[in-house]
Amino acid sequence: MRVLSLGRWLRAGRVPPREPASRPSGHRHSGHRPQGPPQELPQGPSQVPPQKVSVEVLEHLEHLALVDFRDSEGVERLQKAIQFADQLHEVNTDGVEPMDSVLEDRCLYLREDDVTEGNCTKELLENARETVEEYFVAPPGNIPLVKLEGQKTFLQGSK
Amino acid sequence: MVARGCGGVWRRLRQRCAVRPGSGPFPRGERAVACNARGGMMSAGKSGLTPWIPVVGLEIHAQISSNSKLFSGSQVQFAAPPNSLVSFFDASLPGTLPVLNRRCVEAAVMTGLALNCHINKKSLFDRKHYFYADLPAGYQITQQRVPIAVNGSLSYSLCIDNKMSQMVTKTVRIKQIQLEQDSGKSLHDDARSQTLVDLNRAGVGLMELVMEPDMCCGEEAAAAVRELQLILQTLGSSQAVMAEGQLRVDANVSVHHPGEPYGVRTEVKNINSIRFLAKAVDYEIQRQIEELGNGGTISNETRAFDSKLGCTVPMRDKEGKQDYRFMPEPNLPPLILYDAKSLPANMNHQQVINIDWIRERLPDLPSVKREKLVEQYGILPEHSFTLLNEDGLPEFFENVVKQTQMKPKKVIGWILNDLLSYLKQHSLTVKESPVSSFLLADLLNLLEKKEISSTAAKQVMAIKAGNQKVLNKLIGLVQKKTQGRSNPVLVKQLLEKKLSE
Repeated sequence: MRVLSLGRWLRAGRVPPREPASRPSGHRHSGHRPQGPPQELPQGPSQVPPQKVSVEVLEHLEHLALVDFRDSEGVERLQKAIQFADQLHEVNTDGVEPMDSVLEDRCLYLREDDVTEGNCTKELLENARETVEEYFVAPPGNIPLVKLEGQKTFLQGSK
Repeated sequence: MVARGCGGVWRRLRQRCAVRPGSGPFPRGERAVACNARGGMMSAGKSGLTPWIPVVGLEIHAQISSNSKLFSGSQVQFAAPPNSLVSFFDASLPGTLPVLNRRCVEAAVMTGLALNCHINKKSLFDRKHYFYADLPAGYQITQQRVPIAVNGSLSYSLCIDNKMSQMVTKTVRIKQIQLEQDSGKSLHDDARSQTLVDLNRAGVGLMELVMEPDMCCGEEAAAAVRELQLILQTLGSSQAVMAEGQLRVDANVSVHHPGEPYGVRTEVKNINSIRFLAKAVDYEIQRQIEELGNGGTISNETRAFDSKLGCTVPMRDKEGKQDYRFMPEPNLPPLILYDAKSLPANMNHQQVINIDWIRERLPDLPSVKREKLVEQYGILPEHSFTLLNEDGLPEFFENVVKQTQMKPKKVIGWILNDLLSYLKQHSLTVKESPVSSFLLADLLNLLEKKEISSTAAKQVMAIKAGNQKVLNKLIGLVQKKTQGRSNPVLVKQLLEKKLSE
């Protein structure tokens, strides 16, 4: 999953190797490691003072996105990413309608109500680690995130 | 069955209690639940001076009646082998994209128009994120920012005083209608501590109808949902069968004192029939009143209705307040709908949805059908309600009227009292009726000509209605005797011939 590999990358603190030129088209981005944010942040006319991300927000984000920031470098990357995005505030958007989607000028294609897909149970179940009589198998419910002792100490220490 | 209104309960209770000012509130120390004349349910607390006003709002999910799913071409079907109606998109495999089903949009527009909504000519799709095993993508595509229809109303009727003779019309406002995906189904296997997931239902189109909290008790909620069910079935936009999960109702319930702000609300889920809806809502209102009356508090939680025990219980997988991180669906442009004025000149006809075109082709809604029946045949309004409540009964009635000299006002009695009760007794639908409209018309003609008496007519109906069961029994016996070697169709024909002799 994209978010988990992001965590590993953050831990390593390195820019991942670039993808080979001949990447097959049609793959959704989730499959590959993301390119990192620019190593240097461009200096805007009025730089927004960097906000400290609180422990509560970090824990909340980790719970929501199932991402693991793990160490101080990971948290710093997050801070830098937020700082980078904050540059958007420098643009005056008074009286400007928010853009819904970069596709807003496109036509939303409407499909006829015909049955054209399905009946591929075997193929779908091939990817599953565990199946029971053509059902996917999952844990009994959402498993609450376990708070590791060391991790908690780190997050509190980063304040 | 038309629901009773709240007003009646209050009036009967007042007669029973014969309240004198300054006297104790209830005989035998009972806590009474009563309704005021405006239909708001009130309960006098221990002191007898602090009434409660219950507030009920409904969130309804109606499964769209279509051949294929909302964003993919896999089939929509109730019972099928697990994971056989699942496309790569439904399973959220990488590289797949949503493609909107035209029929689902039309169904939502029809429903919005029937409920007097304003149809948004431009609506947007969003992602609602949460983690659950039956939601493989980790998000649901819905319409949170700008839904397809807003600001409508649903009118329904209740009868007061337990008699059918006095009916009152009420209205509940519809906040919005939005298109969204259904999730898959989870089967919990507690014994082996696992959940089995079937994605056949994942991606099926749903219309979520959000109602404003304009109702005050279980009866009102049940009547409103019943009327909505009839409307959806008439439109054909949803078959709305609650037992098959095509219509799911969640109730938001709270109580407060008059003049004070609304109380904390709880959400009640797992309601599988209209009858249980009324029970669940009334139980929850009572539970909250008692809890608050005893000095307790109500927490903003989700509760499940337990139909066996007739009560609500806190739900198991409680996550606390969810943060859904809504974001625009990046793979779908805005949905644009047109009307006669804004119709683009040179666009492919198949790619255009014209609201006015759909409006012109809406069938007669139940309320209109009832009015027409009353006007055309001179039957009472409450008769029209009972007629429309049974699938196929209005047509049966009209067929009998066409074929008999008996006045419709008299025919309706035979339909509602005799025929309907026989059908109910034998658990048959109108379509399965052993008494055809032709036969009944014949019978009523004999009655009109005074060739037979009323009692005789009733007897004939009973024999005919009961005959079907006897016939089936006889067929069974013949099969046994011949050890299954007889042709059942032939046997039935021979027996029927014998019985009619």
